[in-house]
Amino acid sequence: MAAELVKNFVGRLVPTEVNGKKEVPYLGNGKYRPEGHRYGPPIVCGEDYPADGNKVVPSLKEALQAAGLRDGMVVSTHHHLRNGDLVANEIFRIASEMGIKDLVWFPSASFPCHAEIIKYMEDGTVHHIEGSMNGPLGKYCSEGNMRGTAILRSHGGRYQAIEDGEVIIDIAVIAAPTSDPFGNCNGVNGPSACGGLGFALPDSLYAHKSIVVTDNLVPFPCIPMQLLGNYIDYVVVVDKIGVPEEIVSGTLQITKSPDRLLLAELTAHFCDAAGLIYDGFCFQAGAGGTSLAISNFFHQLLKKRGWKARWAIGGSTEYSVKMLAEGQLEYLLDGQTFDLSAIKSMRDNINHPDISVFHIYDYHSKGFNSTMIDVMVLGATEVDVNFNGNVVSHSDGYLLHGIGGWQNCLFSKCTILPIPLFRNRMPVILDEVTTLVGPGSMVDVIVTERGIAINPLRKDLIEKTKNSGLPFKTILQLQAEAEAICGKPAKPELDEDIVAVIKWVDGTLIDSVRKVKTK
Amino acid sequence: MGKIATAGNDGADVRSDCQVTLELTSSGGIEIDLTSKVEALYGAAIRKECEEILSYFGICNCHLVMKDSGALSYVIQARLEAAIKQVIDTDKNYLPPMLDTNNYITEKERYRRSRLYLPGNTPKLAINAGLHSPDGIILDLEDSVAPAKKYETRFLVRNTLRAVDFYGAERMVRINQIPKGLEDLEYVIPHNVHVLLVPKCEDAEQIEVLEEVIGELKEKYHVKHDIWLMPIIESALGVINAYSIAKSSPYIVALAIGLEDYTADLGTQRTNEGTETFFARCQLVNAAKAAGIQAIDSVFSDVSDMEALAENVKRSKQLGFDGMGCIHPRQIGVIHENYAPEEAEIERAKMIVNAYILAEEQGLGVVALGSKMIDPPVVKRAQRTIDIALKTGRIDANWRDKFLKEV
Repeated sequence: MAAELVKNFVGRLVPTEVNGKKEVPYLGNGKYRPEGHRYGPPIVCGEDYPADGNKVVPSLKEALQAAGLRDGMVVSTHHHLRNGDLVANEIFRIASEMGIKDLVWFPSASFPCHAEIIKYMEDGTVHHIEGSMNGPLGKYCSEGNMRGTAILRSHGGRYQAIEDGEVIIDIAVIAAPTSDPFGNCNGVNGPSACGGLGFALPDSLYAHKSIVVTDNLVPFPCIPMQLLGNYIDYVVVVDKIGVPEEIVSGTLQITKSPDRLLLAELTAHFCDAAGLIYDGFCFQAGAGGTSLAISNFFHQLLKKRGWKARWAIGGSTEYSVKMLAEGQLEYLLDGQTFDLSAIKSMRDNINHPDISVFHIYDYHSKGFNSTMIDVMVLGATEVDVNFNGNVVSHSDGYLLHGIGGWQNCLFSKCTILPIPLFRNRMPVILDEVTTLVGPGSMVDVIVTERGIAINPLRKDLIEKTKNSGLPFKTILQLQAEAEAICGKPAKPELDEDIVAVIKWVDGTLIDSVRKVKTK
Repeated sequence: MGKIATAGNDGADVRSDCQVTLELTSSGGIEIDLTSKVEALYGAAIRKECEEILSYFGICNCHLVMKDSGALSYVIQARLEAAIKQVIDTDKNYLPPMLDTNNYITEKERYRRSRLYLPGNTPKLAINAGLHSPDGIILDLEDSVAPAKKYETRFLVRNTLRAVDFYGAERMVRINQIPKGLEDLEYVIPHNVHVLLVPKCEDAEQIEVLEEVIGELKEKYHVKHDIWLMPIIESALGVINAYSIAKSSPYIVALAIGLEDYTADLGTQRTNEGTETFFARCQLVNAAKAAGIQAIDSVFSDVSDMEALAENVKRSKQLGFDGMGCIHPRQIGVIHENYAPEEAEIERAKMIVNAYILAEEQGLGVVALGSKMIDPPVVKRAQRTIDIALKTGRIDANWRDKFLKEV
């Protein structure tokens, strides 16, 4: 890479230019303040659209042609259909057939089902990806096979990049489980129901052209109108937009792993001892097995004391729905819907509304709700002795996950990472994280099965919990304990070449990801 | 061509283990063919470790194939040693250092509410077992280990006793049935085992044979502490002989009952109500109590049904059992909670322990409650009840101040 490297606020070397565009290094929170106005898409005239409100075109190919698909465009998709998405691959298959080159794929997240996109990077249809790099795509990128540099953003950072005009979406393709011919759509009905459609909100507002793809067309009006047809250019009806059993899980369950349950129990005890749980508190309910177990501890505790949580952000599942139904939770604000009972609840329960990234995570919104949350429980692949966290790569250097809302969530009042001290011999607390995704100053507590480390910056938490009898240790003690069991890990050997960059929530660069050395 | 030997496990579900295949060669030095899930972080360290072990056993030419799924050092050492000892004759042992935290001993009267079974040849389950706070951890050499894996398991169990922190749990090993189980002893006696579980015990003679070998090994390895025995009664004959077994050695701390084999022996099947095993359980409790030792109940095998487990524990406690085996860490909490002493037991224990403290203070040799003399085992049991009540938060550390005020 020819671009110059500079050291950013957290000491990481980042390029000053990525894919031909100038970049700003991370300067510290609140230091980078762009000026001017939000990006605006071209003005349109309603007269140019069918007066009968019928925007249906016969095929996705014709819609893409009508939208003017050509070389070098930015095409966005969304991950509401998760690993069951059939639409994104289809877009690039069509583009490849049309001989289109050098597209930028801008998904809100990718899943293993998108491995097919590798084929379209190989044949030149796709130049690079700006979004999460999961599974096979992460491997492809880490080994230096992608022509451009991947740009990873948080959910909130994606919204910010669209508002800033940092990413200009030429064509947004929105897979919608139910739509009317005008393009009003929702995710709560239809054979591919997925819950909310909030991740597609900024794309519908800011893209030059927007296409809704559905497998359940209903006559106008489609109610609820989670996304407005007034922002949609074309509607396409296909046989199937997704594979239902991969979209929602029928079996999201509280972890059965005794080690994870122990982590959950320690985390819940810590929250209680620190006074984070009170009548009217709020929390983010994750959908991972450990998070579910923690929410369940909260639920039981509230029940026992006759308390209620005022609101929670989901990650909604059967468990948070149950909490809502049983009265220990007043409002479930739903950013992502994980199972069928949560979809049903969103459809039927007025206290379970769908929300978008704009509400909770967006850096350019006039305040974002994640700062208001009392308890935020998150995961991490690695942390380091300075509490910095990594969620995108593994200790061998491979990119395997997206950032999701992780960076945005760090802004909560108390961020807790329950993580095992080591996974299959790999210590989780390192001298230095392989990729720095979140600054340690924002990580408050690390809970492991062998002890709890509170960030020394959080003197208040240390003071409140000092007589709790919980097993507190310093992060260095925890690291030493892991290394006594596993041995000191070597640092993976990585190339100089940068294959991906990590954005902070304000659009600056917080770290770079190096190419993995392959044999 | 030299001899070939294999040890360890490999496969899709295997974690924290490795499989080694060792072939002695006549020349060409040491050739190591390693595939490891942790190659980037530990590949070099694993190769170095293998070379050190081979060199310790004087092997200069060999071809070693290792498939590693994240095995810790002590596992790699056990696997490689087990393979080496199948291809060369040697008296040497390659021992991982004994952790300082594992150098404690246990008392005969210790509480034994829960003891967690770990299959001896599955390393991934061992490393965190102690964190779940069972009263005891059993490394199993018997039924959970396939006959072809018995040999290599001994090395792994030995190394586990040394290198894995038991976090204060009583360190137990279930050996194989006597007489085969006698061969297991050399691998556990020198490594601070606290309790030996003796499966399918049918008569007192088996215990006598066992004690003799233990005595020899203790002398050979300069083991000073008592090694406790827990015979497991698993047959109709064993049930009939329960009392003579219980009395056969002063080192026996408890009788345990194994109901799967027992019901098979009767030609019937186990039910949740347990009518078919009622006699055996009562007989065993009675024999144990008559001999002044603990009675330990069989495991409850439905690991997903915590309510049924709780019911089972309550019935067990009512019959007179002091504890039971568990096969999943999630069962530990339920077992502890339901074997916990009831209010009346705690109150009585407070009186006894208080009387004991008073007697100590006054230099009296005899503990008395009112006009009644209290035997030392009763005092110990009362202390155990107080310990459990303290541990489970039923009473405060300063319970005695309150007690004295109330009296």
